[in-house]
Amino acid sequence: MISGAEIMVKCLEAEGVSVVFGYPGAAICPFYDKIYDSSIKHILVREEQNAAHAASGYARCSGRPGVCVATSGPGATNLITGIATAYTDSIPMVVITGQVRSDLLGRDVFQEADITGACEPFVKHSYLVSKTEDLPRIFKEAFHIASTGRQGPVLIDIPIDIQTNSIDEFIYPDKVNIMGYKPNTKGHVVQVKRAVEAIKASKRPVIVAGGGVLSSGVKLKLQEFVDKTKIPVISTMMGIGVMPSEHELYLGMLGTYGKAVANRALHEADLVIVCGARLGDRAVAAPDQMSEKTTVIHIDIDPAEIGKNVKTEIPIVGDMRNVMNMLIENIGDFAVLNQWSDTIRLWKKDLFKEPPVFDGYVEPRTLVGHLSSMLHSKAILVADVGQNQIWCANNFRIREGRFLTTGGMGTMGYSIPAAVGAKFARPERDVIVVCGDGSFQMSLNELATIAGNNLNIKIIIMRNKRLGMVRELQDNNYGGRHSATILQGDPDFLKIADAYGIDHAEASSNEEAEEIIRGVVDSDKPFILVCNVYPDTPSI
Amino acid sequence: MLYTLSILVENQAGVLSKISGLFSRRGFNIDSLAVGITNDPNVSRITIVANGDEYVVEQLEKQLNKLIPVIKVKRLNEGEFISRELILIKVHCAAAKRAEIIKTVEIMQAKIVDVSPSCVTVEYCECANRVNTLIDLLKPYGIREIVRTGTVAIDRGTASVSV
Repeated sequence: MISGAEIMVKCLEAEGVSVVFGYPGAAICPFYDKIYDSSIKHILVREEQNAAHAASGYARCSGRPGVCVATSGPGATNLITGIATAYTDSIPMVVITGQVRSDLLGRDVFQEADITGACEPFVKHSYLVSKTEDLPRIFKEAFHIASTGRQGPVLIDIPIDIQTNSIDEFIYPDKVNIMGYKPNTKGHVVQVKRAVEAIKASKRPVIVAGGGVLSSGVKLKLQEFVDKTKIPVISTMMGIGVMPSEHELYLGMLGTYGKAVANRALHEADLVIVCGARLGDRAVAAPDQMSEKTTVIHIDIDPAEIGKNVKTEIPIVGDMRNVMNMLIENIGDFAVLNQWSDTIRLWKKDLFKEPPVFDGYVEPRTLVGHLSSMLHSKAILVADVGQNQIWCANNFRIREGRFLTTGGMGTMGYSIPAAVGAKFARPERDVIVVCGDGSFQMSLNELATIAGNNLNIKIIIMRNKRLGMVRELQDNNYGGRHSATILQGDPDFLKIADAYGIDHAEASSNEEAEEIIRGVVDSDKPFILVCNVYPDTPSI
Repeated sequence: MLYTLSILVENQAGVLSKISGLFSRRGFNIDSLAVGITNDPNVSRITIVANGDEYVVEQLEKQLNKLIPVIKVKRLNEGEFISRELILIKVHCAAAKRAEIIKTVEIMQAKIVDVSPSCVTVEYCECANRVNTLIDLLKPYGIREIVRTGTVAIDRGTASVSV
């Protein structure tokens, strides 16, 4: 005989899961009792939302679904923001929640919450398990659904009696058979031919690359295509990292907070090849204007994204890897006219301006711009949300590493827990957090997770004593009335670091900050650097 | 534009809420909805009649297809399908008006299924337009109560929606 809880652990082992992030509670205790003896490492976070962000960071850096666990009721509801964040960023994740006894469901007993109901808009799929014998099939399906097609979080809600009941034996299925789930990955041959013809006929093409290029693990293929065709590349926020920032044909991020040169190229283009991006409102503010004068080719694994925000002439539904291979095979020796690439090079040079320096303060954009050169080439930078996100998105010079941030949901407090996940996925790489003083305080409790596991994560806090991005909005649109955006009563972050036993320093100039970073980058211990930033520093 | 969608789904708990939730959270309105089991006991068929432009319908079809328990979504083409809904109408019916009401019911090929001294109940199974006509015809007598199912629809000829 084998209990449901043991089956849950065995399912995770069968899926090759080596680490899960979670927080225990009564309704998930049977599972915690079994994972205690297993080979799977459980990382105790300090609040459930952060378990989801950590699983998300893990997934993005390992390419495998991240797993997080919480108990019923408040444990489960605390996860929601993390699940929603992963959903909008299409991150593969399996979320396990305990639930009250099956026969008590719906009676509002202690710590009961209808989590499958509450999460419906934010999950790719969810299960409320009603029989212990269903567990192996459901786990198999959940991992399959989370990691194939357009990736996303899958929730498994498991009542405590399902965990304690036993069945005769554990057999993990080797196949899934879901009638309504067969993602089309191949890419339509005729549409690819049409796309190739349109590319060949174009004079000013650009590629808009999104997170889909990274999640399908195909950035090197994209780079090959770009090197061959000389088509310039713009990325969305989720797509940052598809090209090395210094690549001559990479123009940076587009959109409201993006690079002027990227937006200009998009505006002037006669053909736009959208690769794995949904082109949300922050990326393209007036999508209908864009399609009026340009031909749009949209490649995406999710057919529902094509034509949703931007009118598309040539839709290609498929996995980016397959489609990119087909494009490379069919494009022949086409290359963009020099005139277009020269124009773009010129714009790129013209638009670069060094931001002004204020005495006694760190200039955050310059610091982030120099950060890459102080790190190893595969460094992972995790940005939070707010001005710090824009400073990083536009200035961090990515080489072979990753840039993690939440593009879709824009969840403050994401960076520290996501960095924890990233570090477990890639312990050999530099993992750097850049956050603001606002976002730091949304998840500073995870310093305990960092300290407790001695995780080599370096945290740079850009302290401007403001909720900077909202403050900027207020300055621009609300007559400078700083309603609730001035941070009062903030603690001494250095003492906080000290309380957790984490080494720390403070910097009030770029020289000072860079010297400190150079001094700690090769240590294997966590570090917190507090940078004093001029309060009115703009986002761009 | 009114359109009719036929949706085959896995017959499991929570499917209906996933589908109706999708409509409400994307701001799409449902005019009518009917669910029932098919010849395969594992598969249910949902017929939805809704209102929207081409963009809305296309988005809906795509978003519905993304739901894991949804097996197939088909938009039925105008004029190429048969649709029916069932209605029961309780009409106020004084003795003097009874013959008149019976005549109307006969003309419309509806059926009286219950009679009492002061009212009759009419059963009618037809497409939405004809059901509405009957309601209009009976309105002058005083309608006490209406209960009406959602539309069910099926392709004409050999075309079908199957797994």
